[in-house]
Amino acid sequence: MTDHEAQGAASMQVSDQEMIRISEMHKWYGQFHVLKNINLNVKAGERIVVCGPSGSGKSTLIRCMNRLEEHQRGEIWVDGVELTSDLKNIEQIRREVGMVFQHFNLFPHLTVLENCTLAPIWVRKMPKGEAEDVARAYLERVKIPEQADKFPGQLSGGQQQRVAIARSLCMNPKIMLFDEPTSALDPEMIKEVLDVMIELAHDGMTMLCVTHEMGFAKTVANRVIFMDGGEIIEENEPQEFFNNPQSERTQEFLSQILAH
Amino acid sequence: MPNTSNAPTQNYVPGEHPDLKPPIGQTGILLWLRKNLFSSTFNIVLTLATLYFLYLVIPPLLNWLVLDAVFQAGSRDECRALGEGACWGFIDKRLGQFTYGFYPIEERWRVNLTFLLLVMAVLPVLWEKMPKRRIMLWFSVLFPFVSAWLLLGGFGLESVNTDQFGGFMLTMIIGVTGIVFSLPMGILLALGRQSQLHFIRWICTGFIEFIRGVPLITLLFVASTMLNYFLPPGTTFDLLLRVLIMVTIFSAAYIAEVVRGGLQAVPKGQHEAADAMGLKYWASMRLIVLPQALKISIPGIVNTFIGLFKDSTLVVIIGLLDPLGIGRASLSDSKWQGLATEVYVFIAIFFFICCFSMSRYSIYLENKLHTGHRI
Repeated sequence: MTDHEAQGAASMQVSDQEMIRISEMHKWYGQFHVLKNINLNVKAGERIVVCGPSGSGKSTLIRCMNRLEEHQRGEIWVDGVELTSDLKNIEQIRREVGMVFQHFNLFPHLTVLENCTLAPIWVRKMPKGEAEDVARAYLERVKIPEQADKFPGQLSGGQQQRVAIARSLCMNPKIMLFDEPTSALDPEMIKEVLDVMIELAHDGMTMLCVTHEMGFAKTVANRVIFMDGGEIIEENEPQEFFNNPQSERTQEFLSQILAH
Repeated sequence: MPNTSNAPTQNYVPGEHPDLKPPIGQTGILLWLRKNLFSSTFNIVLTLATLYFLYLVIPPLLNWLVLDAVFQAGSRDECRALGEGACWGFIDKRLGQFTYGFYPIEERWRVNLTFLLLVMAVLPVLWEKMPKRRIMLWFSVLFPFVSAWLLLGGFGLESVNTDQFGGFMLTMIIGVTGIVFSLPMGILLALGRQSQLHFIRWICTGFIEFIRGVPLITLLFVASTMLNYFLPPGTTFDLLLRVLIMVTIFSAAYIAEVVRGGLQAVPKGQHEAADAMGLKYWASMRLIVLPQALKISIPGIVNTFIGLFKDSTLVVIIGLLDPLGIGRASLSDSKWQGLATEVYVFIAIFFFICCFSMSRYSIYLENKLHTGHRI
């Protein structure tokens, strides 16, 4: 570990404040039981990496946390508000939870700057000038201030994903959800996105990240969750998780993913 | 190794190759001709055949339409004596009626003024970079009321009954009203058809399917005759207004289906991104989904508008005197018999100019809204 990383890790403080609490949560798609008895607590400042084979329910799990997917049984509390079918609660939670998608989902008909200012203006009712200042500051932070007036279609995949991160940050969220943020990117663009995410982690953001980037998990995460078949199989600190996996399925998964 | 190309090649160290100019002869008219018209034997034959066809068709057409045509004459016989081509003198004599129908001659300035104001109202809507667009848009909002007052009269102007409306003026009234009101109505129907609320979905789907499943003629007949049976006796309900309503809902049903196609083409991720940032339904529709869906639907929407504009001629069947009605009436003039071709060609030219303009505008709009690759 270099000095910089050591310093960074020290700055990543976890507080006692509870941000997300999921208890005995189940979800079905029709007859198919996708999520089985999920229990998970996330404290402010935690960086959690969720991994597992495809179809294990990891994306569905984080999509339940801002109600892009509906759960059928159990409870999900986010920042002290319970997620129910109550639209008010859903809107309140979505204001505080940012999400970054695998396919970026930028709005192609708006410029980069407009993508970033849209939610602050329409959801937070921020004046346009102020929203633009905030947006430019975040675009600076993800290192693409010069692209502000372009359209998303004119940017590379890595740049688009960094815009998507900036767009979420403009809402000043308390929690950031990442749904396989680097899976659709070319190898040489993965690093530029991960660098932004690492920096974000060092700034103390509460993050949940579905990813296969095990290097990211090792350096940034304070907890790794392994899912398979809709269940949380194993949950541990990264050091322990990678060096001493408990269950057979975890060992198998790690041997496959780390083999090459 | 012998160098076969005429351009000098030089060897560069890998990594230091400069950007070179393209070879000469890749641009220019001659190349375009060779590439597009004379690229193969089949293409050459096709080009020559087309040129021969145009040679056969265009000169006689031009002769008839312009060169041999008679633009001023007192009767058909005078016309025929003066030239062999089209007898535009007839149209010239009847131009007032073709344009205004039976609108009182001394009040025709009101129609002209309305048309002028229409252009002023439409410009800021269609032309985004217009100076002072915001203020002008307010005028566009007021225009329907101003135009209704100008055309119908009252409040200081002499009233004109709608059965005196006719000609191109009537076509424009039906076309513009139909277009302006059917677009928002169609969008609402399309959204309603996709609503999570079953009741709204059922109503919208039922409405769309019913209107689309019935010929416009039927609706116009309902408007002209049957509505009287349903309304309490003694209620008068202007025929033109009834026709406008029918034409609008007819075209709205089609617009709704075109827009629904556009809505379905917007990726699910766009809805999710809008939801995830906390936008409410109407905001996410207005700001995210509809701008993209409508952009995709432009060709279909304009197609529907063109259809609506031309279908406005159907009102002749229920006795409104649109250009076709005026044309038919004027053909029975004994001084001007046998000039049906001139009349219908003239009307066709009017419709072609209007519809072709709409088509060109839609292409301009598509290009303007193109923002790089789709995501």
